[in-house]
Amino acid sequence: MNIVVCVKYVPDATADRTFESDHTVDRQGVPGLLSELDEYAVEQALQLKEKREGEDVEITALCVGPASAEEAVRKALQMGADKGVLVADDAIAGSDAVGTSAVLAGAVQHIGGVDVIMCGMASTDGAMSVVPAMLAERLDLPQVTLASKVESQGDQFRIQRDGDTSTEVIGATAPLVLSVTDQSGEARYPSFKGIMAAKKKPLETWSLSDIGVDAGDLGLSAAWSEVADTEARPPRSQGEIVTDEDGSGAEALVGFLASKKFI
Amino acid sequence: MSEVLVLVDHVDGAVRKPTLELLTLAKRLGAPAAVFIGASPDDAVAQLKKYGAEKVYVVDDAETKGYLVAPKAEVLAQLVEKTSPAAVLVVSTAEGKEIAGRLAIKTGSGLITDAVEIDDDGTTTQSVFAGSYTVKAKVTTGTPIITVKPNSATPQEGEGKGEVEQFAATISDSAKKAKIVASQPRKSSGRPELTEAAIVVSGGRGTGGDFEPIEGFADSLGAAVGASRAAVDSGWIPHAFQIGQTGKTVSPQLYVANGISGAIQHRAGMQTSKTIVAVNKDDEAPIFELVDFGVVGDLKTVLPAATEEITKRKG
Ligand SMILES: Cc1cc2nc3c(=O)[nH]c(=O)nc-3n(C[C@H](O)[C@H](O)[C@H](O)COP(=O)(O)OP(=O)(O)OC[C@H]3O[C@@H](n4cnc5c(N)ncnc54)[C@H](O)[C@@H]3O)c2cc1C
Ligand SMILES: Nc1ncnc2c1ncn2[C@@H]1O[C@H](COP(=O)(O)O)[C@@H](O)[C@H]1O
Repeated sequence: MNIVVCVKYVPDATADRTFESDHTVDRQGVPGLLSELDEYAVEQALQLKEKREGEDVEITALCVGPASAEEAVRKALQMGADKGVLVADDAIAGSDAVGTSAVLAGAVQHIGGVDVIMCGMASTDGAMSVVPAMLAERLDLPQVTLASKVESQGDQFRIQRDGDTSTEVIGATAPLVLSVTDQSGEARYPSFKGIMAAKKKPLETWSLSDIGVDAGDLGLSAAWSEVADTEARPPRSQGEIVTDEDGSGAEALVGFLASKKFI
Repeated sequence: MSEVLVLVDHVDGAVRKPTLELLTLAKRLGAPAAVFIGASPDDAVAQLKKYGAEKVYVVDDAETKGYLVAPKAEVLAQLVEKTSPAAVLVVSTAEGKEIAGRLAIKTGSGLITDAVEIDDDGTTTQSVFAGSYTVKAKVTTGTPIITVKPNSATPQEGEGKGEVEQFAATISDSAKKAKIVASQPRKSSGRPELTEAAIVVSGGRGTGGDFEPIEGFADSLGAAVGASRAAVDSGWIPHAFQIGQTGKTVSPQLYVANGISGAIQHRAGMQTSKTIVAVNKDDEAPIFELVDFGVVGDLKTVLPAATEEITKRKG
C-alpha cells in the first residue's frame, strides 16, 4: 500500500504572523514549522502502516512550499514516514488553494500508484479546509474527509465524521483522499532513533517541470482570487478587571452586563 | 439582473438561519436564487421566498442523499452552467466549504472561504490569523464562489417571487463513491445554535467537569453553551461544542469565557466577538488581555450568584 501524507509548512502560530506588501503570507520573517494539524495525518498514516504488519506499506510525506519547507518534510520523516518529497518552484509562490491543489495532484500522479492520500483537517495559516476536497475532485477519487476515527480492511475504508448536525460513518474503497481531525488521536513525538534514522531517508526536491505541471497556471498572478487589502485588527484593549470578594464579583458582573443591555 | 445561487442549508427541510443571511447578502449582487436539495420543501420554499428568493431550484435528493458532498457539488456545477450566475454563496460549514472547493475546480472559478461581509461589487471581508488580521479579497476568475460564516448578516425579510423550478441534475457514478453508511443526528440541547447565538457562555478545564454553573448562567441569558478543547478532550462535553481553531468560530455580541485560560487556538474561535467577558481564578490568565470585563474569582461561586441575580432582575 502506497500512502502519501500531505504536510504543509506554515508560519508558527504563536509568533506574530504578518503579510508581505503584496498581501501574501510572510513566510520569511516568522519561524516556520510542520503544520500542527498535519501531524495528526502523519500519525494516522503511521498507525495504518503499523496495523498492516507484514504488508508492504510505504509512506511518502509530500509538501508544496519554499525551500525552507524541507524542515516540515524532515519532521514527518523523523516521526516515521519512509521518504519525503518537496515540490518547490519560484512559480508556485503566492498560489491559492486552487493552485496548491493542482501541484499536489500533479505530484501524486507523478509518484503513481498511490492508494491513500492523507491530509490534515486544515492548514493552520490559511485554514480553508478545502485542499483535500479539491484534490479528490482533481484526481476523481472518493473523499472521506474530517475523520475523527479511521478503520480499514484491505482497500475498504470507514471513517467517522462529526458533522454540524450529525455524526456519520462514511465508507469508500481505495484509492481515496482521507483527511483527519485533531480528534483522531495524539500525534507522536519523534524519538531519538527516529531523528537519527530520518537523516538517511530519501528526501527529493522536485520542480514543476519534474512533475509536468504548467507554471503558467500558478503563482500570485494566476490566482483565481485576489487580495486587495490586509489590515491588522487593532489589538483589544483590556477593560475593567475586578477581584471577587464575598460576592462582589457576581454583582459587578451583572452590573456590567446590564449596562451593556444584555440583561 | 443575474441570479445569485444560494445553496440552502437545511436539516430535513428545516432551513437553518445562516441561509437567510446569505439570501440577504445575495440581494447586493443580483437576484437571489435558492438551491434546495431535498424532499417536501413547501415550508422551506415559503420561508426562502419571504427572505427574498426570486427563484427556488428544487432538486430531488434521491440521487444525492447517502453520499458525501460530491453530488451536491455536481448539482451546483450544473446550475452554474445553466444560469451563469453572478456568484454562488454557500454557508461556511465543513460540508459547505468542501462543496465550494469542488465546485471551484469543476467550474474553473475562484473561491473565497469564511467571508464575514460581501460588498456590492463582490469584495469580501475575511478575518484571518486567529482574528488578528482583516483581509479584503475578490474573485477574479470564473463565477465567484464564496462561503460565508454564520452570523455575518442580519436576515432581512422582503418578499421575492419565489418561483419554484424543479431541476433534474445528473449525478455521476464517481460522485457516489463515498457512501454515508450510518448517521446519528445530534440531539438538540434546546439552547440556541452555537454559531448563530447572540450570547455564548463557555466553560473550560476550570469547570472541573461540572458544567452546571455554565449552563445555569447561559440559560439565564438565553445563551448558547460552548467549551474549550480541554473540556472536550476530558470528555465533559461533545466536540460539537468546542470553540477555537479546530472547533467552531463564533462571533456573538457577548462571549463569556469561564475557567478558560485563553490559548491562541481558543482565541482563534472567539476573538472577533463584540464584547468579551471572562471569569478566571488566575489574574494572570491570558484571556484577561482581551476582555472588556473580567472577574478574578472562582466560577463555582461567581456564576451561580450572578445567575441568581439575573433571574431576580428579570423577575
Ligand atoms: C492543534 C491544536 C488545536 C487546538 N484547537 C483548540 C480549539 O479549537 N479550541 C480550544 O479551546 N483549544 C484548542 N487547543 C488547545 C489549547 O492549546 C489549550 O490547551 C486549551 O484551549 C486549554 O483549555 P482551557 O483554557 O480550558 O484549559 P487551561 O489552559 O488548563 O485553563 C484552565 C483555566 O481555568 C482556570 N480555573 C481553574 N479553576 C477555576 C475555577 N474554579 N474558577 C475559575 N477559573 C478556574 C485556570 O486559572 C486556567 O486559566 C488546540 C491545541 C492544539 C495543539
Ligand atoms: N502546501 C501544501 N503542501 C502539502 N499539503 C498541503 C498544502 N496545503 C494544504 N495541504 C494539505 O491540505 C490540508 C488542508 O489544507 P487547507 O485546505 O489549506 O486548509 C492540510 O492539512 C494539508 O494536509
